Amino acid sequence: MSTSVPRLELLNITKRYPTIVANADVSLSVMPGEIHAILGENGAGKSTLMKIIYGAVKADAGTIRMNGEDIAITNPAQARRLGIGMVFQHFSLFETLTVAENIALVLDEPFDLAALSQRVKQISERYGLPLDPDRRVHSLSVGERQRVEIVRCLLQNPTLLILDEPTSVLTPQAVEKLFDTLRQLAAEGVSILYISHKLHEIQALCDRATILRNGRVTGTANPREESPASLARMMIGRELPVCEAPPYLGERRPMLTVQHLNLTSAGPFGTSLHEVSLTVHSGEILGIAGISGNGQSELMAALSGEHPVHKDAVRLDSKPIGHLNAGTRRAKGLVYVPEERLGRGTVPPLSLSRNALLTAHRHGMKHWGLVRYGKARDYAEECVARFDVRGGGAGTNARALSGGNLQKFIVGREIMLKPKVMIVAQPTWGVDVGAAAVLRQALLDLSRTGVAILVVSEELEELFEICDSIAVLAQGRLSPAQPKTSLNAESVGLQMAGLFPKTPLTVHAEFDHASA
Amino acid sequence: MIEHLIPILAGTFGAAVPLIFAGLGELVTERTGVINLGVEGMMLIGAIAGFAAAAETGSGAAVGIPAGALAGAGIALVFGFFALSLAANQAACGLALTIFGIGLSAFIGQHYISYSLPGLKPIIIPLLSDIPVLGPIVFKQDAVVYLSLLAFAAIAWTLAKTRLGLLLKAIGESPEAAHAIGYPVISIRFGAVAFGGAMAGIAGAYLSTVYTPLWVQNMSAGRGWIAVALVVFASWKPARLMLGAYLFGAVTILQFHAQGLGIIVPVQFLASLPYVATIIVLVIISRDRRVLQNNLPASLGKPFLP
Repeated sequence: MSTSVPRLELLNITKRYPTIVANADVSLSVMPGEIHAILGENGAGKSTLMKIIYGAVKADAGTIRMNGEDIAITNPAQARRLGIGMVFQHFSLFETLTVAENIALVLDEPFDLAALSQRVKQISERYGLPLDPDRRVHSLSVGERQRVEIVRCLLQNPTLLILDEPTSVLTPQAVEKLFDTLRQLAAEGVSILYISHKLHEIQALCDRATILRNGRVTGTANPREESPASLARMMIGRELPVCEAPPYLGERRPMLTVQHLNLTSAGPFGTSLHEVSLTVHSGEILGIAGISGNGQSELMAALSGEHPVHKDAVRLDSKPIGHLNAGTRRAKGLVYVPEERLGRGTVPPLSLSRNALLTAHRHGMKHWGLVRYGKARDYAEECVARFDVRGGGAGTNARALSGGNLQKFIVGREIMLKPKVMIVAQPTWGVDVGAAAVLRQALLDLSRTGVAILVVSEELEELFEICDSIAVLAQGRLSPAQPKTSLNAESVGLQMAGLFPKTPLTVHAEFDHASA
Repeated sequence: MIEHLIPILAGTFGAAVPLIFAGLGELVTERTGVINLGVEGMMLIGAIAGFAAAAETGSGAAVGIPAGALAGAGIALVFGFFALSLAANQAACGLALTIFGIGLSAFIGQHYISYSLPGLKPIIIPLLSDIPVLGPIVFKQDAVVYLSLLAFAAIAWTLAKTRLGLLLKAIGESPEAAHAIGYPVISIRFGAVAFGGAMAGIAGAYLSTVYTPLWVQNMSAGRGWIAVALVVFASWKPARLMLGAYLFGAVTILQFHAQGLGIIVPVQFLASLPYVATIIVLVIISRDRRVLQNNLPASLGKPFLP
């Protein structure tokens, strides 16, 4: 194999959308067997660039070369024939089909499921990606689904493999396994484009990194020779913000208590909750780690009141609230920031002041049953000013804001309600580093005023940064909460795989066992 | 006893044909995630197109049924343009298509009110038709009945065993994923919609050129709606749909015989029996909501634009 000709070369790729330039003059090259990182924040243009390479999006200008030859990629099927495989961030799998059927749909070959199943088994064993070809995808864990995507690519013998944020859904142990597989592929000569915003992963895995910011290349580096701080500077253009977590000195009493919560999931592919118990004290942030789909949405529904449960299963400040609906719970001081910002956290086509009204109407915005729009506008404007919401004022529609700014508005709106308990799902999902830091600091500041906060997140780093204690939700069961200081990523990762005692215990002897 | 049953059972096949064609067509359409509520309208357009072609050429059902299929597919493409290309609301487009079909067929049909067609002679299959009981029931049917069995076998096999069947199901579940891996979702959905239209057209043309070889305004009499309901209650499975269609056919023939026997029950009540019986039985069969949800094409009725 020639070592001097790049497997893939991008020259001056530009892609404009009506409102933004997604890629401006982007050039990069990947050698055979190289693991090349594309590092950048959300919205930096990484995904657009990869879609251009995969033929799903057409570039406005620029040249793509493979093995030294100019090529024009017009659709994904052609990209696959050229040896380009892609593992999507949001999986493109069909839940009701089996693993083998899902794979058969992308292969250009005669339809023979039995023979294909054999090959799936062979290749999954060879690369340490165990898979049962006859299982239906909806019964697979997220990590297993990713394996399906990877095996699906490998069966097409790719020479270039693109992975878009592959670890966002994996436990730390599964990440290590994935990295082993990728290193093995690279050793066999496959070039890998690895898209991520996680600095430590890129330093652990990649030979070279191209850093994107606002659609432009801001640097090319060997990530192992850089520090996280220097990579972050190239990625966000300034120093990595750090959160401050002062100790809480006030009174400490249980504010949110969940006891023996059982909930049968309504949907056919949901996860039921079994005997979930937890306590959040005033001034405390409790983090719930775990991969989405392990009962997170069911737990949120039960706690927010969208799905009322048994009266005594949920208590707010020692009073039973399990049977109450979401509005009544809010009136009693429990606020909820849902994962879906558009559609659940806000009504997209309504202005911020109308959206403020949705949850803050109990705070002087009604008079004799009539809405006082002036108050709502003042409230929204105060929220915009206090929480640094950029991109619009009280009159702007919610959908016009970027994810980070909208989240700042939603969290700010709930903080200004002066709650007793706040429940937040995925507080910084899809949010840029700067806004994420503002949000995390806002939660920390709120908790230090004596508010109890429950944070559900897939990002372990985030939980370790802001939480006082962490519990893990796996297959509908919740592990006992443990102080953050007694945990590390590895021990939490083991619990994410479901390795914890089935009856939650609060004795401290438990986590010695779990982390051993 | 058995001698009385033979004509009833034999008649069941013919009475079930319109539901089999219209239902199988709608089943294929819905598998790709498109719900076309215009089946009744497409049947009527197929019925009048088939009748007109048969009457004008003098060739009967041999020309009428292909003509009905073409007309059904053509009008389904109009639905496709609005519901797929423009991503308009599928339910609204389908209802509009039904209303349009009723009106258009009545308008064209004015010319043909006094015509009548020869119908189709049964094809008597040698040897097999001599089998006692079974022979006269199954092997002395018209060509379209045999065609309906072939259509069932071909569609069931395609959906269960071929890549095309898998692809239709995949698109019905997640058009986004199918698009991401490089399939032309809109074109494939257009194909399924046109197929559904052609099948509904055949169903209508069978009614007007074979079953009652006359043109009667609104002659499909709600069979298109029953076909849509059948697809749902059959949980999008061809074999269950056949079961429902034959049940409908059997009760239809039974109530004709009951009318003939002079039972003192209002005719309108008897005429409603096939519809009522079919729906009740199918509701009971499909009472397991999990089965229904597991088979429901997840994107059904949701507009998709790449």
